Amino acid sequence: MSKRLASWDSIIILLTVAVLVIASLIVDNFGTSRNFTFMVLDLMPLILVALPMTFIIVTGEIDLSVASTLGLTSSLMGWFWNQGLSIQTIIPLCVLIGAIAGALNGFLITGLGLPSLAVTIGTLALYRGLAFVVLGDGAVADFPLSFTNWVTSGATNILVLIVVFALIFGVVLHATPVGRSLYAIGANAQAAHFAGIRVARTKFWLYVVSGAVSGLVGVLWTLRYSSARADNGAGLELAVVAAVLLGGVSIFGGKGSLPGVLAGVVLLTALQNALRLEDVSGQALNIVTGALLVLSVLLPNVVNSVRGNWQRRRLRQSAV
Amino acid sequence: MTSMAAKSPRAILKTRELGIVLALAALVLYTTINNSRFLSGQSIRDNLLNTAILAVMATGQAVVVITRNIDLSVGSVLGISAFAVATMMSDHPGLPMIVAIVAGLAVGALAGLLNGVLVRYGKVPALVVTLGTLYMYRGITYSWAGGSQVNADELPPHFLNFANDNLLGIPWLVLIALIVVAGTSLVMRNYRVGRELYAMGSSPQAAELAGIKVARNLLGAFVLSGALAGLAGVLFAARFGTVDASAGTGYELNVVAAVVVGGVAVFGGSGTAWGAGLGALLLTVISSALAVLDINQFWQQAIVGALIILAICADRLVAVRIARSLRRRDAHV
Repeated sequence: MSKRLASWDSIIILLTVAVLVIASLIVDNFGTSRNFTFMVLDLMPLILVALPMTFIIVTGEIDLSVASTLGLTSSLMGWFWNQGLSIQTIIPLCVLIGAIAGALNGFLITGLGLPSLAVTIGTLALYRGLAFVVLGDGAVADFPLSFTNWVTSGATNILVLIVVFALIFGVVLHATPVGRSLYAIGANAQAAHFAGIRVARTKFWLYVVSGAVSGLVGVLWTLRYSSARADNGAGLELAVVAAVLLGGVSIFGGKGSLPGVLAGVVLLTALQNALRLEDVSGQALNIVTGALLVLSVLLPNVVNSVRGNWQRRRLRQSAV
Repeated sequence: MTSMAAKSPRAILKTRELGIVLALAALVLYTTINNSRFLSGQSIRDNLLNTAILAVMATGQAVVVITRNIDLSVGSVLGISAFAVATMMSDHPGLPMIVAIVAGLAVGALAGLLNGVLVRYGKVPALVVTLGTLYMYRGITYSWAGGSQVNADELPPHFLNFANDNLLGIPWLVLIALIVVAGTSLVMRNYRVGRELYAMGSSPQAAELAGIKVARNLLGAFVLSGALAGLAGVLFAARFGTVDASAGTGYELNVVAAVVVGGVAVFGGSGTAWGAGLGALLLTVISSALAVLDINQFWQQAIVGALIILAICADRLVAVRIARSLRRRDAHV
């Protein structure tokens, strides 16, 4: 079983490398440093939100409210700025509000025992709605250059941020007892509970982390486009879930790895970027994204059942 | 004693739809007291017309959710069907309305069939399949349409008039929605296949062991959801006249919201199609009541979100009470 998944991880990583190499060879301007900066900036929201999302899906739950949390913190950032708060106060405040939004999800799911899919569809609408209540359909765009430049002046700052976050999440997931317990919860929550793992508490904190990271991405998103808007990041939740599943994480929980997810995110972003440079509409790329998503689950299933049939036939023959 | 205990779960379940009706009544009453025109013929007509498309889609979604699955692709299916039918009608203005409707149903049914086949035979979870086809169907529509759109002046008048024409004073759109909701509710309640769909949602393994034709029923549920989303595409094109590749983007959320608010539990096995229809009506009336009450329109989405959460809390409460009453009944046996 783990062999099969390892192979999907390596397939997706190889595919990603192949796309990167082919794109830099045949697509004009793909390999330039300017385009690299754009790609890193495009990668940032997807990859940062995908990290806690991977944890949550590994435990067998889901969080569809991430993009709305992003929108809410972006809206609030604009509103706070209009109220005259300093950026140094606003940023931690936005992360905190994101964490609170996540805590509400966590409470509804672990405290009241409600299904995470339904709860986060509810808070998806709720948080996005509150974002519009805060800022309406206007925008706040007069953030100081010193901060927006930190994000947009080159790939270095954001790249370092992404690497640090990916390392922290990767180490926690693959090299600590907490990480192992997430797989145990995803494989069988009841068994994990009897094994002494605090299932509810762990899940609760995952949602808090997911909210806090979404809040941070809301801030970064606002700084990148120098525009606080209520509809910032709309629809990002589906792209994030698609990237995580594409990276080989099972929607049923208990399986998946962070390198696979990182490859999935890079693959989606690089494809989108290369096609845009080739003047293919980003919307047409949706066909590829959707097909990859379905195939990422379908192919291992087909391979498995073919292998199963073959083994059964061999057993029958040897019995004769 | 046993008969009373046996009755109580059903009685509690009944209050689930009753709750929506009461909420709806309270909302209408309050809004009408503030502005008597809210209950005028024109206002009622507008509300029903706005509900129709959502209710048609929510009915199909309810059936899928009752089998413990989900169909997130409905917004994209609406888009592809609306664009296909609008293109067809502008190229062949002579075609009668019924051909447009059948074409929309067929496009949707095909899309739904692919979803169903992938879920059943590919053994891919419905959430993943329909998230994937949400992207694929939308991408196909965009590649097909490019940046173009079909405008109202390219469509034949009989197609556009369909949205405003009446039969015995009831707009066709509303009539179609009523037929869809009532027909589906009847089949789900009284016919064998309907009860089998509930059984599949309550316990997929048990349903299979009990000899229910799970594959056929599951494909049927997805085909129905797709076909109704396709029908909604035709109604959308007729109602709005202008169709581009983005038609129906994000509708899946409203549809799922209507279904959940309407009392269909996401874990399957319970809820009704007419509950989902009521959910669609409630969401629409809230949005128009906000406008009438002069409340900031931006509150609408937040209220919908809060309602979804309230609705699943209520479902949870009902489930806990049923479990308790079943335990009590078992204790007496």
